[in-house]
Amino acid sequence: MSNAKLPATTKKSKGDEITSGGSQDYVTMTIADQLFGIPVLQVQDVLGHQRITRIPLAPPEVAGSLNLRGRIVTAIDVRLRLGLTSRPKDKPGMSIVVDLRGELYSLMVDSVGEVLSLSNDDFERNPATLDPRWREVSTGIYRLNGQLMVVLDVPRLLNFTTMEAA
Amino acid sequence: MDDLLSEFLTETNENLSVLDVELVRLEQNPNNPELLSNIFRLVHTIKGTCGFLGLPRLEKVAHASENVLGKFRDGELTINPEAVSLILQALDTIKSLLAVLEATEAEPPGDDLPLIERLNLCAEGKLGAAAAPAKPAAAPVPPPAPAVAAAEEVPVSSSGNLTLDELEAIWNATPGPTSTALAPVAAEPAEEPAPSHDLVVPDPDPVPAAAKMPAPTAEAASGAGAGGEAATKESAVAAQTIRVNVDLLENLMTMVSELVLTRNQLLQILRSQKESEFAAPLQRLNHVTSELQEGVMKTRMQPIGNAWAKLPRLVRDLSHELGKKIDLQMLGADTELDRQVLELIKDPLTHMVRNSADHGLEVPADRVRAGKSETGRITLNAYHEGGHIIIEIQDDGKGLAIDRIKQKAIQNGMASEGELAAMSDQQIIQFIMKPGFSTAAKVTNVSGRGVGMDVVKTNIEKIGGTIEIKSQQGKGSTFVIKIPLTLAIVSALIVECAGERFAIPQISVVELVRAAADSEHTIERLKGTPVLRLRNRLLPLVSLQELLRLDDQEGGEKKTDETFIVVTQVGTYTFGIMVDRVFDTEEIVVKPVAPILRHIEMFSGNTILGDGSVIMILDPNGIASATGEMAMGETASKEATSVQATRQEDKMALLLFRAGAGAPKAVPLSLVARLEDVDLASVESSNGMPVVQYRGKLMPLVPIDPGFMIGQEGRQPVLVFADGDRSMGLIVDEIVDIVEERLVVQLTADRPGLMGSAIIAGKATDVIDAGFFLTQAYKDWFGSSSTDAYEEEKALQRVLLVDDSPFFRNLLTPLLSVAGYDVTAVENANEALALCEAGEDFDVIVSDIEMPGMSGFDFAEAVRQGGTRWSGTPMVALSSHASPRDLDRGRQAGFTDYVAKFDRDALLYALQQTLSEQKGAA
Repeated sequence: MSNAKLPATTKKSKGDEITSGGSQDYVTMTIADQLFGIPVLQVQDVLGHQRITRIPLAPPEVAGSLNLRGRIVTAIDVRLRLGLTSRPKDKPGMSIVVDLRGELYSLMVDSVGEVLSLSNDDFERNPATLDPRWREVSTGIYRLNGQLMVVLDVPRLLNFTTMEAA
Repeated sequence: MDDLLSEFLTETNENLSVLDVELVRLEQNPNNPELLSNIFRLVHTIKGTCGFLGLPRLEKVAHASENVLGKFRDGELTINPEAVSLILQALDTIKSLLAVLEATEAEPPGDDLPLIERLNLCAEGKLGAAAAPAKPAAAPVPPPAPAVAAAEEVPVSSSGNLTLDELEAIWNATPGPTSTALAPVAAEPAEEPAPSHDLVVPDPDPVPAAAKMPAPTAEAASGAGAGGEAATKESAVAAQTIRVNVDLLENLMTMVSELVLTRNQLLQILRSQKESEFAAPLQRLNHVTSELQEGVMKTRMQPIGNAWAKLPRLVRDLSHELGKKIDLQMLGADTELDRQVLELIKDPLTHMVRNSADHGLEVPADRVRAGKSETGRITLNAYHEGGHIIIEIQDDGKGLAIDRIKQKAIQNGMASEGELAAMSDQQIIQFIMKPGFSTAAKVTNVSGRGVGMDVVKTNIEKIGGTIEIKSQQGKGSTFVIKIPLTLAIVSALIVECAGERFAIPQISVVELVRAAADSEHTIERLKGTPVLRLRNRLLPLVSLQELLRLDDQEGGEKKTDETFIVVTQVGTYTFGIMVDRVFDTEEIVVKPVAPILRHIEMFSGNTILGDGSVIMILDPNGIASATGEMAMGETASKEATSVQATRQEDKMALLLFRAGAGAPKAVPLSLVARLEDVDLASVESSNGMPVVQYRGKLMPLVPIDPGFMIGQEGRQPVLVFADGDRSMGLIVDEIVDIVEERLVVQLTADRPGLMGSAIIAGKATDVIDAGFFLTQAYKDWFGSSSTDAYEEEKALQRVLLVDDSPFFRNLLTPLLSVAGYDVTAVENANEALALCEAGEDFDVIVSDIEMPGMSGFDFAEAVRQGGTRWSGTPMVALSSHASPRDLDRGRQAGFTDYVAKFDRDALLYALQQTLSEQKGAA
């Protein structure tokens, strides 16, 4: 598996800090130069570029499926899910594997960054003017130094029924 | 030791340990109905199994406990510690009995009357009152003598793993020589048989005063003591089976898959290196890995026969007990099931067979009265179908009593009379799946407590299966369990289309055909619709690329014009799937697709191949229904409610063509054997008729329009009709299309050769009467060829046509429907009888005589003598042999009339006659 060369981030950092005081740990990632975060405990794996099997007739956001150590993981192109254009072919991209009700999903993003421990004081609800597609899948925004981080809500991100209705 | 017995011991011991825990939990939260019903079920299972294994003593104890638990469940008794202790005590008795059973393979003699009496008292709610006298009565009962003796003996005589301290602790923990005190002590020898075997019990005879517990305890010890080899035997039983957590197996499987991947990578590297010292060891690694993989896969798979192994004995014992004659038939015992699934359906199956025997089948006297054979039949049938495993449990008993179910539903407050009145029978039947429902008038120790069916349903639904009930009063009932294949291993054909690989379950693949410009087979197109000539049939084709909307990613043009066709069969519908390449077959483990993809019906799952890539598994059923199949009714009928044979009103594939002037013409596609392009230069004349040499024979050519003159050169499309070794070509101008429409012939044309007109593809189209042209080619194709019109019976009379040849079915169906009959065609007698059972009625039955399986004569006898509803329905035999002797035989078998097969006028006449006679008689 090709995740060996990646920063040994996620699994080890499920430390105690998460419960201490008013801070939360997030795995950060960038999609189209925007910073996003997913609570670290929801993240199973971080993968590099993978061979993905296309699934015909699937919703466009479903990029395909891949084999993660004997388990079949459904790959979701987060760019398309957020209403962005798909990633240029020459950029390999990375994936974050999350577990939702026993099923594994691989969220395809441009790159995965470090794990940040963020203070709850910097958390803010979504601005009312945010794009509805983003508002739907985001729980809020963190104000960081120099940039903003959008917190993704994994269950809602993977809830395709609301998206079809939208 | 008997497999059955050892399995029973393992299972019951397991159940007992669960029960211990659950009962204690129940005592703490008495208001947990789920807990209670679980306990009830476990005890019920123990009781049931004891009954079948002929263990009356165990059974009695379990039965009495179950009674008490039943009262708890129905709320007639409140749960109190005393009652719980009593039940625990009963369980301990069972445990000690089991210990003896394990050592000696026989139940110890004696009985447990005092305990049972107390249980019964408790069940009657008198325990509270009786508690006072019962306690003192119980007080002397606990056997201080043997128990203490045992306790003291342990450290002296054994190096067993039960220490004195432990025993002491148990002993001290118990408040005194009350009935509960007995429980742990009595339990220990059963749970820890090793030390108990080592015990030298000074006095093996039970203390006479200790009527209750000491008997089994002492006997357990004495049994063990007597048989010196008991200990070894016991350990042998333990060694035979190892219970492994399925998660562990699952983990193993994943690890092995990883290993396989690594091996494949290594082999890949090896291939690129011409000579390597790693070659030999890698080869070995390769073999070992394959075997390991196979082995791990196998640990999960077992033939369903394993779950059935108990049933013959069970049924035999039941038949004795119930005074019924029962014949158990088991089909498809080698159908492989995932172990986990097997475990889960084992109990439901046992319950259902038991139910069929107890409730379903009648006693011999009733059966004879109902005109059935004395011996009742229970049939178990297991098979794979369309990605599912189907298990049918069928009995030919009295069927489910709808009225009784209604009554019971009202009694139990499950539904009001008004609600019931609005329900269909099918809905009412569903009540038997509700907890606490039983229609058996009295509770027998076989069944009737209303645990059975809801357990069955819960267990089956747990593994994502469904259960369907079909029942017919007086005919019997069928339970159809459908379990998804998600856990099973299937063999699948790997194909490639537009650069993507897919798996097609091997079960539905009939054959593979290579089609290329230079091969025998070429794909032809009928207005864009691809078809393939395959032997004497036109095979509809489906392009996987179009179906899945795959665009060639490589962007390249199709490299070759070579196409592979996977001939696939779904039910009776055969079609070809066009793919680019075919690889080999692989054994795959079907995994369900992610929930967000479940709506795509083309896929039944996905899997990981040996090389580690994920591929989708195509679902032939989904493809068939997406491409507009024509005979899905047949597949549905197998599993669903009624055998709806290919009905006349069903859609039919029609071949549209032009010939002569006027409207386009149509003929049922299934009648057409082939489409040919005849070089007119090769047309010869024989007997004043144009013929062409075709496949080594002369094939007469018949024009639609009698005035049509065959040209001298060029090519002419010809529709080839064939039956047996005869074929005939119908000359047409142009083949237009293949459409699927309901064939509703609207006008009877008075022109010979036309059946009438129908609206096909939105246009008025002449439907040609193939039969007419066949007789043009061969006068004897149908016998006489006169084409006078009949006075049609305007009232639509229903005709059931039974004929094994699709050709004649397709020919006669339109013919008869044009003549004003409502035709239902089935291909064999069994299907016809199934229709009879399904409650269909017909005015007349037309049946072929020579059919595979049940012949027409047998069919007629079955209809006449079976006492069926059809016994009065006139029957007309169709046969190619119409000698007087056949005629006689036919009449004897119960046919009203006998018509030569090819004589359609005679057939129509016979039908008319028969029906008018019938009317006259009525």
